[in-house]
Amino acid sequence: MRSANVAVVGAGPAGLYSAADLVRRSDAVVDVIDRVPAPFGLVRYGVAPDHPRIKGVVKNLQRVLEHERVRFIGNVEFGRDIDRGFLDEHYDATIYATGALHSKPLGVEGERLPGSWSASRFVSWYNGHPDAEAHFVLEASAAAVVGAGNVALDVARVLTRSVGSLALTDIPCSVLESIAASRIRDVHIVCRRGAAEAKFTTKELLDLRELADVGVVVDPADLADIRADDLDGPVLANVDLFRAWAANRDAERAERRRIHFHFWSRPVAITGASQVEALRVERTGVVDGEFAGTGEFRTLPVEMVLSSVGYRSSPLPGLPFEPERGILPNVAGRVIGDDGRHIPSLYVAGWLKRGPQGVIGTNRTDAAETVSALLEDLAEARNRPGRGAEAAGERLRERGVEVVDYRGWQRIDEHEQQRGRDLGRARVKITAWAELRAIGAGLSTAEAGSRSR
Amino acid sequence: MSYVVTSSCIDVLDKSCMDVCPVDCIYEGARKLYIHPDECIDCGACEAACPTSAIVYEASVKPEEQSHIEDNKSFFWSVLPGREEPLGIVGGSSEIGPVGVDTPLVASTS
Repeated sequence: MRSANVAVVGAGPAGLYSAADLVRRSDAVVDVIDRVPAPFGLVRYGVAPDHPRIKGVVKNLQRVLEHERVRFIGNVEFGRDIDRGFLDEHYDATIYATGALHSKPLGVEGERLPGSWSASRFVSWYNGHPDAEAHFVLEASAAAVVGAGNVALDVARVLTRSVGSLALTDIPCSVLESIAASRIRDVHIVCRRGAAEAKFTTKELLDLRELADVGVVVDPADLADIRADDLDGPVLANVDLFRAWAANRDAERAERRRIHFHFWSRPVAITGASQVEALRVERTGVVDGEFAGTGEFRTLPVEMVLSSVGYRSSPLPGLPFEPERGILPNVAGRVIGDDGRHIPSLYVAGWLKRGPQGVIGTNRTDAAETVSALLEDLAEARNRPGRGAEAAGERLRERGVEVVDYRGWQRIDEHEQQRGRDLGRARVKITAWAELRAIGAGLSTAEAGSRSR
Repeated sequence: MSYVVTSSCIDVLDKSCMDVCPVDCIYEGARKLYIHPDECIDCGACEAACPTSAIVYEASVKPEEQSHIEDNKSFFWSVLPGREEPLGIVGGSSEIGPVGVDTPLVASTS
């Protein structure tokens, strides 16, 4: 019997940890498919440019793609270039790991006013994602970021950082120019619940202390009800930090820029005549064990609102979907149909499996669980029908799909690093689809240039 | 700066953190685990996975646990008992498996 062919859709951490586990625990041959010509998903397009240490995980993920039984198939989009039928025909099993790309809406009035954006669009922009169509002109002097997670902190940091501290990173040049011209003075982080309930990682909060000339403002009244004895280690460390900020009243006036935390506040409306002029928030609280609004309202004068209240997955064509949780319905990674039974050969990993929670490393155990299920099922299979993955490449070419393979990605990588060296920076990302594709496909720079225009 | 394994790991060695570390930078001694400060990427997966809250970011380690910051370093950069040279940069705990010994600080903890 030939080795099993497994397709992994999505070359982010969940997909690559799945591939790593598959080749470590079996003799399977794995194709990792991604719609972008570059691998690494949110490590490349989500992790903020001022977090180079976290981006260091690329070295480990790269090793997965360099394994002799792993192939990278970039620039191939599920639902456009290939579908479930194609994967079922060529592979013995497929792991879907396409993540959660879209921000949940706030669901408040005025959300569509110019100046109101989802954090994911802002993140895509500052990370140079080829889909980032918006160009942010940072004219606002005050902005609100709604959300109590690490993405909200990323956004607040990028908004308040000095240009000098970003200049050596891989942030796109056009973004750097916007930040250099930014008039921002105040960023308000609006959290529905309290400091003890927020999902910030302590380390990410500590990063705010490293920002030059940025004061962090916390209202001591917001922390009054917290009982320290009930809290576990990481939460307590967060609360201690917020208390230290609350005690420092100088922050409010002294610094060049300020980040304000507003706990127990929920947005109720974004207001403005033709663009965002203010965010109206209601004080919240827990009354008799129930979370509720208190009827006390306040207005934050901001010209920009970025919502970061969680990511969500979109349904994949031809596959089941659980809209409430925004996931592929599954049991331990086996995709299940309406009848609650496993749909043979379909598996899921990462955010599409468990919802958008956890950090990069969380995907390792998550992927291991899916791979265990997959290998168990493969061991029971009597034979391996289908054409095998070798034919897949040929079929894609017949369909006119320009596959960017690992060598193609290496060309993009070298190109970006060379541009970085020319400017004395770590890397300068290629941000246009046409250019990514042309360099990935091995066209000369001149051809690539003419194609990107 | 990196994450640090503090004293509440001693003789517990739950190892959930090792399963979630994306770069395999948590190494196993005889009685305790150690995070390689030069290999850690600060992602924080281990902190959330630890059932004894032993893992703390360096900047928020409590005063009475401060010695473990230096101790995590010395597991890799000083010569451990029975070895001839420091472990140094290893590139992943799966490369070497359990190290089997501890630093003097941990070995002498009663």
